[in-house]
Amino acid sequence: MSEVSLTVNGKRVSGSAEDRTLLVHFLREHLGLTGTHVGCDTSQCGACVVLVDGRAVKSCSMLAAQASGSTIVTIEGLASGADLHPVQAAFKEHHGLQCGFCTPGMIMTATDMISRHPEGLDEATVRAELDGNICRCTGYHNIVKAILAASQAMAKGSKGKAKQAA
Amino acid sequence: MGIEGVGARVARKEDKRFITGGGRYVDDMVVPGMKHAVFVRSPHAHAQIKKIDVKKAQGMPGVVGVLTGKELKADGIGNLICGWMIHSKDGSPMKMGAWSPLAVDKVRYVGDAVVIVIADTKGQARDAAEAVDITYKELKAVVDATKALQPGAPQIHAEAENNLIFDWEIGDGKAVDAAIKSAAHVTRMKIVNNRLVPNAMEPRAALGHYDKAEDHYTCWTTSQNPHVSRLVMSAFYNVAPENKLRVIAPDVGGGFGSKIYIYPEEIVCLWASKKTGVPVKWVADRTESFLSDAHGRDHVSTVEMAFDKDNRITGLKVDTIANLGAYMSLFSSCVPTYLYATLLSGQYNIPAIHANVRTVYTNTAPVDAYRGAGRPEATYLLERTMETAARELGVTPAELRRKNFITSFPHQTPVIMNYDAGDYNASLDAAMKAADYAGFTKRKADAAKRGKLRGIGMSCYIEACGIAPSAAVGSLGAGVGLWESAEVRVNAVGTIEVLTGSHSHGQGHETTFAQVVNQRFGVPIDSVSIVHGDTDKVQMGMGTYGSRSGAVGLSALVKALDKVEAKAKKIAAHLLEADEGDIVIENGEVKVAGTDKSLPWFQVALAAYTAHNLPAGMEPGLKETAFYDPSNFTFPAGCYICEVEIDPETGLTEIIQFVAADDFGNIINPMIVEGQVHGGIAQGVGQALLEGAHYDASGQLLTASYMDYTMPRADDLPSFKVSTSNTPCPGNPLGIKGCGEAGAIGSPPAVINAITDALGVVDIAMPASPSTVWSAIHAKKH
Repeated sequence: MSEVSLTVNGKRVSGSAEDRTLLVHFLREHLGLTGTHVGCDTSQCGACVVLVDGRAVKSCSMLAAQASGSTIVTIEGLASGADLHPVQAAFKEHHGLQCGFCTPGMIMTATDMISRHPEGLDEATVRAELDGNICRCTGYHNIVKAILAASQAMAKGSKGKAKQAA
Repeated sequence: MGIEGVGARVARKEDKRFITGGGRYVDDMVVPGMKHAVFVRSPHAHAQIKKIDVKKAQGMPGVVGVLTGKELKADGIGNLICGWMIHSKDGSPMKMGAWSPLAVDKVRYVGDAVVIVIADTKGQARDAAEAVDITYKELKAVVDATKALQPGAPQIHAEAENNLIFDWEIGDGKAVDAAIKSAAHVTRMKIVNNRLVPNAMEPRAALGHYDKAEDHYTCWTTSQNPHVSRLVMSAFYNVAPENKLRVIAPDVGGGFGSKIYIYPEEIVCLWASKKTGVPVKWVADRTESFLSDAHGRDHVSTVEMAFDKDNRITGLKVDTIANLGAYMSLFSSCVPTYLYATLLSGQYNIPAIHANVRTVYTNTAPVDAYRGAGRPEATYLLERTMETAARELGVTPAELRRKNFITSFPHQTPVIMNYDAGDYNASLDAAMKAADYAGFTKRKADAAKRGKLRGIGMSCYIEACGIAPSAAVGSLGAGVGLWESAEVRVNAVGTIEVLTGSHSHGQGHETTFAQVVNQRFGVPIDSVSIVHGDTDKVQMGMGTYGSRSGAVGLSALVKALDKVEAKAKKIAAHLLEADEGDIVIENGEVKVAGTDKSLPWFQVALAAYTAHNLPAGMEPGLKETAFYDPSNFTFPAGCYICEVEIDPETGLTEIIQFVAADDFGNIINPMIVEGQVHGGIAQGVGQALLEGAHYDASGQLLTASYMDYTMPRADDLPSFKVSTSNTPCPGNPLGIKGCGEAGAIGSPPAVINAITDALGVVDIAMPASPSTVWSAIHAKKH
């Protein structure tokens, strides 16, 4: 057994898990955070993407014990209170989801993608960077649209904040 | 149209839970005392089971049960069935082989379930499953349907000689033969429709819970039709009487047909829960899904299309062999027959059609309906043949199609279907305009200068949705009726619950059904809740498949709303001392037309429940139920155009543009309809370029993970240009045709027509992967 201590969505949590327990199963089964999904066995589909110390990670590709000491954000922790995160809001506005199963991973990947591209995103970049996330419902059309819109909204938002600060 | 009414582009109500991690899928369910199951599956495609030794597994840590097919049979659990009877042309019934939920004497495909192992954790169950010792005697396997029909092929079921399930025909063979004999031109092709795996992103799952005190079962399962699941598990599999069995399909992560069927796992989990006294949860791994979900397509056909000297089609002759896999899945028999051969007239006037279909057992996963179900196979066959015919006849693909389009309605085809409405020239015009078809020659020349091969292809599809009139499908062999139900409950405060037998697993019913209610009463959609997917809450219903929720499910809702409206008007007329005929309901107000007398909607609802002042003899309450049985299929149709550019050095095909122009009849929410088309096209492009389920000769599935089976990813696809030009469906109250499958039906031939155009070849196999395309280019050179 391994002792696992994490900060998840701003809360410190700890527990013991079998050594072979993957981070995704620790989140789902030990912490009850079932928004993170398992869609494959080979780290291909991306339904389990969470942010580990600010970077998008497939939580099926990491042992819970390996993650110990990390700060994790899951889909449940992305919104601040009742306010949706701009990526969540864009997925809703642009119909970037249908069955919802791949959606948490898509949103976490998109959040990471946007933060790594403060210069902005274009369609080709978004499509290339979504390579690790599979959706069977949307044909990606509206997911791409939503990510581009969120990227623009967040750029405007941060400019606005910068102006306020100045 | 109000801002939330029919036709409005309303954001989805259900999204909030999905984008915040609040979705509730079967794997998210936790029941006190719940244990975890792993199935031991056959590693062989065809083998006799000589011995099953579970002793070692039973002693492993955490194990609470290791159960076999023998025990299951001893408890009277029934075999799985196919629910649609097809008779061969000699009058004999289809030859259905026995399918035990856990194999007893023989296994027939890699993945056939043999033993269930239940333990405290999934890891422990997996460890114990590896300790189950099964002795097999391997038998020779056959995976190819054509080979399975040959003399001396391995015999898979004793019931089906030469592995032939049925040999069925439709249409007038003599008339077609005469047309071919007297034809000015005959186009002949062999058409292969590749085997696919549906791949809903949520793997299948089941949680069975037997409550001893109540002698009652609950099953949470990934189902597109929980009521049908309950009916079949009760009536045929002897799991429990219907009143003792509750089936819940909560949020379901995509279906595409693969979650219509009742699989062995949910039956076994329910039975095992009683047997072991604990709730039993099973969730498929992705590889398990590849092995054991029902696959789709897998047809091999020959086609002859006869033309007169004016290029009019005079006859169509089709011979198809359909691979149904190792067992007959629930609706497997109707897919290559009544959902396929009845669509072989396409959008064209064809005076004579004959199709012969042989269905065959092989040592592969069962094959059943997958998005489109039979209609993609018919469309691919016809539209590839039309393309080839146009090239042979020296006319443009559009010209040949226009010459043969059906232009007056209703139109009776020679293969059962009676088309009610459509305008095929309109969608062809719209697609050609959107694709700038006229500018293609220049784009091709520009690409050639860069050393690239450009091609353009079109596909004019028709499909049949809204399945279907119950009496009609009953006469064709269906074991169930295909109506739908709705209950509208107006609460005392005026909010509304709609209970529907349709099931949403991505289609957005919680929004579109509420929009229809908003259109009728002006109640905000936030005040309307849609309840579905639970047999204890919702009256009997038939579920969601075949693009039927709009055309059939919403029609049932309209009928229930009619009844609620009639009663509300009676109450309002009584309260307002007006004539019932003068009452109108709009924008949440119940008014007397032409006066300033009105009541807010909620006061009418409240009056129905206080019952202090109702018309004499009226029952209290405001709640109505309706069942709707469609009068005909609906016929969505459209034109798709694909333009590709191929790199001859690598064989890589890039889709430059993909245009869809559809006729779906009236539309409730264009945003949702467009989303359905996008997703359907992605699956169709996947079939054409990327996807294929491949078994080796011994029956091992070579494409059993996302490392091996190529799913379409974002960088494989362009953004799509979609539009609609709609002719309302005359057959249902909302004029809806259905939009769920069109994309997957119309797109594969458009892609392959474009690739063969670019390469200058007659045919290329799907999926047209870079190696296949590269090989075709080099075969041509030498």
